[in-house]
Amino acid sequence: MIVQFFIPHPVVNDIANRLQNWAIIVISFSYVLGSANILRINGELVYRRGSGWPYKLVLVAAFFLMVIPGLLFGIKEGSWANDRLFAYTYTPLASTMYASLAFFIASAAFRAFRIRTWQASVLAITALVVMLGRVPISHLIWDELPGIVDWIMNVPNTVAQRGILIGAALGAIATGLKVILGIERSYLGRD
Amino acid sequence: MGQSTLQKMEKMDRRWVFLAMAIAVAFPLFFKLGLAPKTTPPVRAFYDYIESLPEGSLVLCSMDYDPGSKAELNPMCLSVLDHLMQRKLRVVVITLWSTAPAMVEGNVNEVCRDKYGRLYGVDYAYLGLKEGREAVMVAMGKSLRRTFPSDFYGTTVDSLPIMNGVENYGQFDVLINVSAGYPGTKEYVQYVTSRFDIPLLSGASAVSVPEYSAYYQSGQLRGLLTGITGAAEYEALINVPGLAITAMDGQTMGHFVIIAFILFGNIVYFMTRRNRGRS
Repeated sequence: MIVQFFIPHPVVNDIANRLQNWAIIVISFSYVLGSANILRINGELVYRRGSGWPYKLVLVAAFFLMVIPGLLFGIKEGSWANDRLFAYTYTPLASTMYASLAFFIASAAFRAFRIRTWQASVLAITALVVMLGRVPISHLIWDELPGIVDWIMNVPNTVAQRGILIGAALGAIATGLKVILGIERSYLGRD
Repeated sequence: MGQSTLQKMEKMDRRWVFLAMAIAVAFPLFFKLGLAPKTTPPVRAFYDYIESLPEGSLVLCSMDYDPGSKAELNPMCLSVLDHLMQRKLRVVVITLWSTAPAMVEGNVNEVCRDKYGRLYGVDYAYLGLKEGREAVMVAMGKSLRRTFPSDFYGTTVDSLPIMNGVENYGQFDVLINVSAGYPGTKEYVQYVTSRFDIPLLSGASAVSVPEYSAYYQSGQLRGLLTGITGAAEYEALINVPGLAITAMDGQTMGHFVIIAFILFGNIVYFMTRRNRGRS
């Protein structure tokens, strides 16, 4: 895959394309493998009445409840599986999970944002300014507030994000080189 | 204030916090505040880029989110599609998230077919899901037809007039990604924009935006919509008020509750510390 960047020859491109198609096929099969794995592990636990087996039973039942109607009736708009199971069951459940974050964030903010050190005060003040600046009436509170939020996002935030991105990229390159050169072999089960 | 009262307040039952938040977010359901956000530069840039495209331009939309982020990103998806239809652009929609196909299909039908009466296969097409994440992104750069041989409904893409002459990213004027995480905007920047030379516009959940703003500043993203606030700004810009503008009331109230609790927590903390110092 790396070679194709340096040698734009049809033969190399063809090999790279083939490898890419393999990757897509392998990833697709990983879903099948993952599903089989879920069934094997949880099915065994239910069979042996292991710890938390009723939850595992619900998981296995929900798995079949989603998969079988999906296979039988399809997943397009208007199909039974899409409307009853996906649109009216899974979507509200997933949205509820996401929405509950608002409650937990409020509770965590009350307990965790205590100004105990100067670093904590920087964090808390920044959080307050950004939260105030992100609401539609921020300019009514103080005309300069949206501009300050933009500055926080564009300067300190971007500087930190770039540092993280560059650091992570260098780390990935180093790890990749170690794997290619055989220095890193833990993925083979060796030290 | 007595030490015991302060201690009680410091260890306040979290259910009071939950109740306050519930009242705050429910308040706008009964009393509409009608708050509309001011347009920020990344949203303006997104809007201006679409406005600059000539009629009939071909746009590739990758709608990569799940029902969990539907509340935040669905209004964005709808308003972006709405703007594309207003501008009479031709749109090809795909998704790389396995939980998205039916949800995105609903949005495409709602806007392109039902609201604007556009013709499927000519003005717009929905190719559905292809699993493979970054591999699919790169594969589309080589051959979109081989990556998506048929659309969501099983029709071969060769029989769709909109796909005439389309081989890879090269035939698209812009790529729009509505992204809730991986795979999404970050991967499109890393694997697609520079390599295949296609401009990228992104709409992302608010939690991802601190990371993506670095890409916007570097010019790798031509425009960026930030969560539900970005969607509300966009709805205001295209003059189609929808769910995002409605959600602004609830979000504003929620933010104020969190701010109030942060301030309250610190006041109690400092009073407790002062009392302890005295004793």
